[in-house]
Amino acid sequence: MILLDRVTKVYNRKSTALDRISLHVEPKEFVIVVGQSGAGKTTLLRLLTREEKPTSGKIIIGGVDYDKLKDRDIPLLRRKIGVVFQDFKLLPNKTVFENVAFALEIVGMGNREIRHTVPRVLDIVNLKGKESNMPSELSGGERQRVAIARAIVRQPKILIADEPTGNLDPKHAWDVIRVLEKINRYGTTVLLTTHNQEIVNKLKRRVVTIEGGRVASDRANSEYTLS
Amino acid sequence: MMKRFNTFRRIVRTGMLNFVRNAWLAIAAIAVMTVTLTIILFSVVANATFNNTIQQINDKINISVYLSDSVTVKQRNDLMDELRRLPNVRKVDYVSKSDALERYRADNANRQSLLQAISEAGNPLPASISIDPVDPSRIQDIKAFLDQPDNKALQDPQAGTSYSGERKAAIDKITHATSVLQRIGVAAVLLFAVISVLIIFNTIQMAIFNRRDELTIMRLLGATTWYIRGPFVVESVMYGVIAAVVSVGFIYGVFVTASSALQATSLGLLDIAYSSQYFRDNFFMLLTAQLFVGIVIGALSSTVATRRYLKFRTSK
Repeated sequence: MILLDRVTKVYNRKSTALDRISLHVEPKEFVIVVGQSGAGKTTLLRLLTREEKPTSGKIIIGGVDYDKLKDRDIPLLRRKIGVVFQDFKLLPNKTVFENVAFALEIVGMGNREIRHTVPRVLDIVNLKGKESNMPSELSGGERQRVAIARAIVRQPKILIADEPTGNLDPKHAWDVIRVLEKINRYGTTVLLTTHNQEIVNKLKRRVVTIEGGRVASDRANSEYTLS
Repeated sequence: MMKRFNTFRRIVRTGMLNFVRNAWLAIAAIAVMTVTLTIILFSVVANATFNNTIQQINDKINISVYLSDSVTVKQRNDLMDELRRLPNVRKVDYVSKSDALERYRADNANRQSLLQAISEAGNPLPASISIDPVDPSRIQDIKAFLDQPDNKALQDPQAGTSYSGERKAAIDKITHATSVLQRIGVAAVLLFAVISVLIIFNTIQMAIFNRRDELTIMRLLGATTWYIRGPFVVESVMYGVIAAVVSVGFIYGVFVTASSALQATSLGLLDIAYSSQYFRDNFFMLLTAQLFVGIVIGALSSTVATRRYLKFRTSK
C-alpha cells in the first residue's frame, strides 16, 4: 500500500531531513512512526501527501508512482489519502457538519448524498448530535474527531495521522486513538505518528522508529524504544 | 457531468458569498473599474459623434465649376463624362442658367432690391457643374483636371471655381481635434485599465490573505486549482458586471438629463443630440460591450492574482 525505497530529502547541504528511508506498509496495516522532534517524521508525511518532493528515492502509494505524478494530478492523489493534523485544521466559521461536508463538496458530490453520508461518518467518530456545533464549542478531542471524520468521509484506503493526540489530554487522546483503531478494523491502512509513549506501548502495533532521518528500528507488536 | 455541475454551482455560490462578505473591500475595485468603463464608453460615443459630424460636413462639400455662356451642349456633356470617370468623383450634376436663377431667387426671396437688380439685368448667372467628391481632402486631383487648358477654356473667366475652401479648413480643424481627442481617450482608457487591474489584483490578494488558512485546508483536502480559484474569479467578474451597469447608467443619465448643459460646455465640438441618439440606438450593444470588457478585466486580473498563490509548488 505504501512503499518507500531509499528516499532521501535534503533541504540544504547541512541538514539531511531523511536519509535513505525504506519502508513497506501492507494494506490494512496499522503502523506507528515514532521519533523525537526533528527526527524527520513530519517530512516523511509531507512526502506522502506530496507537499514536498523527495531529493532522491522512490515513493509508490496505492499503486501511484510519485515519479510519474503530474502536478495537476496532485488533487486527485490527495483525495485518495485521508490526513489528520496535530492542529486539526478545521474551518472555524463552519459547523461540524459543514466541515465534514466540505471534503465531499470539493469532489463534486451532490447535496443529497452529502446529507446522507456525513451523519454516518459522524456516528463512526462518536459525534452524533454535534452536527450544528461550531468547532470553538468543542473540546480538543472532539475537534480532532471531526478532523478524522473529514479525513475518512471519502473512504480513503490510507489514513495518515500526524501527531493527532499532540494537543490532547490523555482521556481525549485515547478517544481519538480508539476511533483510529475502529477505522483500521474497517479496512483502512493507518499511519500514525506520535511521541506519546503510553499510547505506543498499549497499542502493541508495528512501530517504526526514526532517528536522525534514518529508520533506527522497525518491529511488530513493539513498545516505545527510545534510546 | 453531475459532479461538474455541482462543482460549478458551488464555485459560483462561494464567489457570490465572498463578494457579499468582502463588500467594503470590493467598493474600491468597483469604483475604479466604473471610472475605466465610463471613460471607455464616453470615448466610444464621442468618437461616433465626431465621425458623424465630419461625415455630415463632408457630404456638404462640393465643387462648382461655372461655365461660360458659349459652351455647347456637347462640350458640356463631354466634360461631365470625363469628370465622372475621375476616381475621386462621386456625383456630377448640371445646373442650368435658369436653375441657377431659380435658386438665387429662392435664396434671396426677401431681399427685393437684389431681386430687382437681377431681373433688370436679364440673367447674369452662369450655368455650372456641381461635383461631389468621394474624399473631400483630396479635391486637388479634381482641381488639377479642371485647370488643364482645354477644360479651363470652357469655364466662365469671371466666376472662378468654388472649392468650398473655408469649409475645408473647418473640416481639417475638426478632423485634427478628433484625432487628438481619440489619442487622449485611448491613453486614458489604457491608464485606467491598468489602474483597475492593479486594484482588483490587490483586492483579490487581500481576500486570499484573509482566507489563506481555508485555502491551505482546501488544498490539503485535494481541491483542484480551479475549485479554489473559481470563487475569486466569480467575485471579480461581479465587480466588472456591476461597474459596467453603473457606467452605462451614468452615461445614460448624463445624456438624458444633462444634454443641454453638456452641449453648452462642449464648445460645439460635440453634437450632443446625436450622441444621445447614438447612445439610445446602440444601448444594448454598448451595454453588452461594457459587460464584456468588465468581465474580461475582472476575470483576467483575478486569474493572475490567484496564480501565484494557488500553484502546486512542490519543493524539490
